[in-house]
Amino acid sequence: MKIPMSWLREFVEIPTDITHEQVHAALVKVGFEEEDVHGFDISGPVVVGQVLEFVGEPQSNGKTINWCQVDVGEAEPRGIVCGAHNFVVGDKVVVTLPGSVLPGPFPIAARKTYGHVSDGMIASTRELGLGDEHDGILVLSTLGLDPEVGTSAIELLGLDDFAVEINVTPDRGYAMSLRGVAREYALSTGAKFTDPADAPTITEASGFPVVIADDAPIRGRAGVRAFVTRVVRNVDVTKPTPSWMITRLTLAGIRSISLTVDITNYVMLELGQPIHAYDLDRVSGGLTVRRAKAGETLTTLDDKSRTLNPEDLLITDESGPIGLAGVMGGASTEITDASTNVLIEAANFEPISIARTARRHKLGSEASRRFERGVDPLVASAAAARVVELLVELGGGTVDTLGSDLLAEHTPDAVDLPEGYAEGLIGVHYSADEITDSLQAIGAEVTVTDTGWSVTPPSWRPDLGDKTTLVEEVARIVGYDRIPAVLPVAPPGRGLTRAQRLRRTVSNSLAASGLTEVLAYPFISQHSNDLFGSPEAGGATTIKLANALDPDAATLRRSLLPGLAAIAHRNVSRGLTDLALFEVGTVFLPEAGHRYGSTSLPLGYELPSDAALAELRSSIPEQPWHVAALFLGDAVTRQPGQQPLSRGLADALATVQQLAATLSVDIDVVTGTHQAMHPGRTAELRVGDHTVGYAGELLPALALELDLPRVVAVLELDLTVLITSAAVDIAAAPIVSYPAATQDLSLVVPVAVQAGELLAIIREGASELLENVRLVDDYRGTGIPELHKSLTFALRFRASDRTLTQVEATDAKNAAVALAGERVGAELRE
Amino acid sequence: MSEPTPITEPAVTAAVEAALAAIESAATMADLKTVRGAHLGEGSPLAALNAQMKNVAPADRAASGKLIGGARGRVNGAFSAREAELAVAEEQAKLAAEAVDVTAVATRYVKGARHPLSLLMEHMSDIFVGMGWEVAEGPELENEWFNFDALNFDEDHPARAMQDTFFIDPVDSHLLLRTHTSPVQIRSLLERPLPVYVVAPGRVFRTDELDATHTPVFHQLEGIAIDKGLTMANLRGTLEHLARAMFGEGAQIRLRPNYFPFTEPSAEMDVWQPNAKGGARWVEWGGCGMVNPNVLRAAGIDPDEYQGFAFGMGIERTLQFRNEMNDMRDMVEGDIRFSQQFGMVV
Repeated sequence: MKIPMSWLREFVEIPTDITHEQVHAALVKVGFEEEDVHGFDISGPVVVGQVLEFVGEPQSNGKTINWCQVDVGEAEPRGIVCGAHNFVVGDKVVVTLPGSVLPGPFPIAARKTYGHVSDGMIASTRELGLGDEHDGILVLSTLGLDPEVGTSAIELLGLDDFAVEINVTPDRGYAMSLRGVAREYALSTGAKFTDPADAPTITEASGFPVVIADDAPIRGRAGVRAFVTRVVRNVDVTKPTPSWMITRLTLAGIRSISLTVDITNYVMLELGQPIHAYDLDRVSGGLTVRRAKAGETLTTLDDKSRTLNPEDLLITDESGPIGLAGVMGGASTEITDASTNVLIEAANFEPISIARTARRHKLGSEASRRFERGVDPLVASAAAARVVELLVELGGGTVDTLGSDLLAEHTPDAVDLPEGYAEGLIGVHYSADEITDSLQAIGAEVTVTDTGWSVTPPSWRPDLGDKTTLVEEVARIVGYDRIPAVLPVAPPGRGLTRAQRLRRTVSNSLAASGLTEVLAYPFISQHSNDLFGSPEAGGATTIKLANALDPDAATLRRSLLPGLAAIAHRNVSRGLTDLALFEVGTVFLPEAGHRYGSTSLPLGYELPSDAALAELRSSIPEQPWHVAALFLGDAVTRQPGQQPLSRGLADALATVQQLAATLSVDIDVVTGTHQAMHPGRTAELRVGDHTVGYAGELLPALALELDLPRVVAVLELDLTVLITSAAVDIAAAPIVSYPAATQDLSLVVPVAVQAGELLAIIREGASELLENVRLVDDYRGTGIPELHKSLTFALRFRASDRTLTQVEATDAKNAAVALAGERVGAELRE
Repeated sequence: MSEPTPITEPAVTAAVEAALAAIESAATMADLKTVRGAHLGEGSPLAALNAQMKNVAPADRAASGKLIGGARGRVNGAFSAREAELAVAEEQAKLAAEAVDVTAVATRYVKGARHPLSLLMEHMSDIFVGMGWEVAEGPELENEWFNFDALNFDEDHPARAMQDTFFIDPVDSHLLLRTHTSPVQIRSLLERPLPVYVVAPGRVFRTDELDATHTPVFHQLEGIAIDKGLTMANLRGTLEHLARAMFGEGAQIRLRPNYFPFTEPSAEMDVWQPNAKGGARWVEWGGCGMVNPNVLRAAGIDPDEYQGFAFGMGIERTLQFRNEMNDMRDMVEGDIRFSQQFGMVV
């Protein structure tokens, strides 16, 4: 909402030298956030001039310019070049003299042009910021002005006025008017407030037929609360809008269009009451307000034909719909230059009905925004009277006795504010006077009772419906700076949950081992979900956004990998070619064939039934936490005495083991297949019988398609399952200090036998004396049969109760060899 | 074979001096080893003299033994001393040879980093955990009831349309991406026994295009406390404690009237940032207020018995003014240089 200062001053006392900062500060204090300040940005000598004579001079470019002699109140006239032709000798115009600055900034200086020195400029309305007209200059008589030559045009046109812009929250519909903001300014500063709604008195009128026939109220609320009409005849609608009105409308952000439209907008801004003006002679019969019938259409003022919905509230005449009530008028009864008789409508419509219609037709208007937020139901008469007054005064019309008055019945319930409630909610002691005075200041009727206060809110505050809203008014008017800071003592808490702690530990562990955490958007393409969302090809079930910002990223991720790949690409393209990235985040896993969501919602202000709550809770798909990582480039770069070490599957698997160790959970690595991964370099990751994820290198072709290098190693694990599987209450084994016996073991096996399989067999065969075993070599070639390999393991044996002899260790090793022979045909390599 | 030398003081002294001279002149451990063999080993003069003990008359045996023993002691002592000297010298030579240019040593480890937004959320959560609060979580893909209806956003209220919501297809499924972390308030009130003191950090979504000051995906931390007798003064006290823990002892909270459907009274909060680089200043930080009685009713709580407060702030915004950042895009693009300047600290 933009508030021109000169207008605000009409209704509240404001010091003349006030700055916009001070006005903003006063309004912030009562709850209106500062947005901006708007002015005309014109300074310097801008004066009224009179054209004494001019000579047309054709130019080589085909244009004709006028060399004018202009009296600007000085001893001699000034010579000014002007390209416009919409003036005659004797016209009074606005002259910007050298030294003045127009918005841009555009400094004016005497300059040589078309063979003359132009000693200033004759301004158009656009150059002054007052409109869009730039084909011709502003001739002051067209605004009905005949000022003295040489006087300041800035003062004349009000170009020294400015507007403060504030944000009006949706509960404060009344503040979308000068009337409301002036009242709030007065509340904040204590200045005297004059209610503009008290000023105009409506003339008596009758006989204009209006029928209210709302047979389908939305949520049981009647669509029309007030409907006032008046007729003004013989209006000269082509008369110019006075400059003071244009200036104020411009500062308020509304373009001047024509006298009638400007007057209706002016009154809406002043009183907050949207007004509609019809050409009475184009209205057939009286008005009927009703809901639309299915299939009905209406061409609105913007010349668009709209198909109406049975919930839409309409203004109709005998010809059918002529307006979308409270949203936009219809083209058929619009005021034109030929109109002379004006029918004014000042109505009050129910907010929800208007909000739905405006949303449905995507037709947010100044009127609908006010109705949605609530218009004072008692202001309609005053607003109609004000419009009549202005049409008579500015348009030369005469008031007719034709009109109608359906006035709102406003009988708000009194709200009890118990003594002590305000103090108990805010933590501030308010005196009885402070409470009474604050509530009276906002316009409420306040009665002191035995138990506190009985408060009847003013008609423009439909939001004040209970004791809590009244307390907010008291706290706001007295000032939030009275509220002290008192730290409450919470009952003892249990700290982070196990899952929260372990998620942090996982992230810290990965970062400490050289990975960088990133946070990707969860929006990806269906194609990416198809590829990464499940190990097998065949299309993934996804959640789709109804209003995605990017149609190519309209589904929610089932996997973190597409996001990591996109971020990796961004880094690579910026020359960061050695990467180890990770993300810990949620994924969205709808099940195929399942319909999610609710068909209807429980009420918002009461506890739903257990069944309804259960339904709400189960209406959303699983959203587990995943952890994923991506590696590319070099793990160790080339350095003195150090060969580079490229990243690959090893990094992904080492990170899997790092996660396993961090969470003290056994993750089994087995050969796996995943549609997005290299067929020979993919590991399925298992905890017990559950697959918890995959690690591998991306299919090289896919890596190239993602604009990444050929070798990209990735891993992704279900962190929720991993954390559930993490060791709980670990029973610590005693640390044995008897010496260990170490032995190496080389086994020759067919190439197809996996090291992991052999490791498991050795552990099983060597039994409990084997403390640790690791693979140290894989040898193929001389001395080893074709299609065989020799795997060498380092074994460490230890007994918990004695020093182990080499003989005992050898026996245990031999047991392992025997089992390996039996299971996979392994032979000991001597 | 020559006659054995009898044990006499001159003979012993001569043997000792010869040995000491040899020890002194040994330049390396290897030399010293040779010297040891020659002067203390079998066949050395001292060993030969010692072998004569059997020929010494019993009356002289004590004196001779003392003479020989003392001699051996002196030689052994000198040997040990020289050995220690040489060991030190040899170790020093070795160390000198091993010296490298420490500015050119190859590194096998790479830098990792947490994302500062994650770290900041953890830091803020920890301040509340320190006060006995707990950390609550909820789903990002949420039912409209938890995101709006239960939070006193009427179906037709303009505030609902102002939230720039991502809806899930089909729209009549009433699913959306949560526009704030406030649905976690409702879930917490429904699930936890009273009193409730929780904070909910997490990711939220609005249909804003990414630019220097907006991102469609961002993070919030919200808090709610419901107990008997909590007041707006308690809200301010809590926020001021948080502000001081984050911005230093001089931090303060200023409240300005505002409107949110789920609180009444509602306030916008500014924080006085005493240590801002460009000088101390007020910064807009978030919204807060006393929980609207309708929100308590939706969670089955009697607003005449319990009341409380709620607050929320953007983590991106907090990081932006706390760490002097100009461009929101740096936080969301995943450029590793951004996170790495923070390491594991924020």
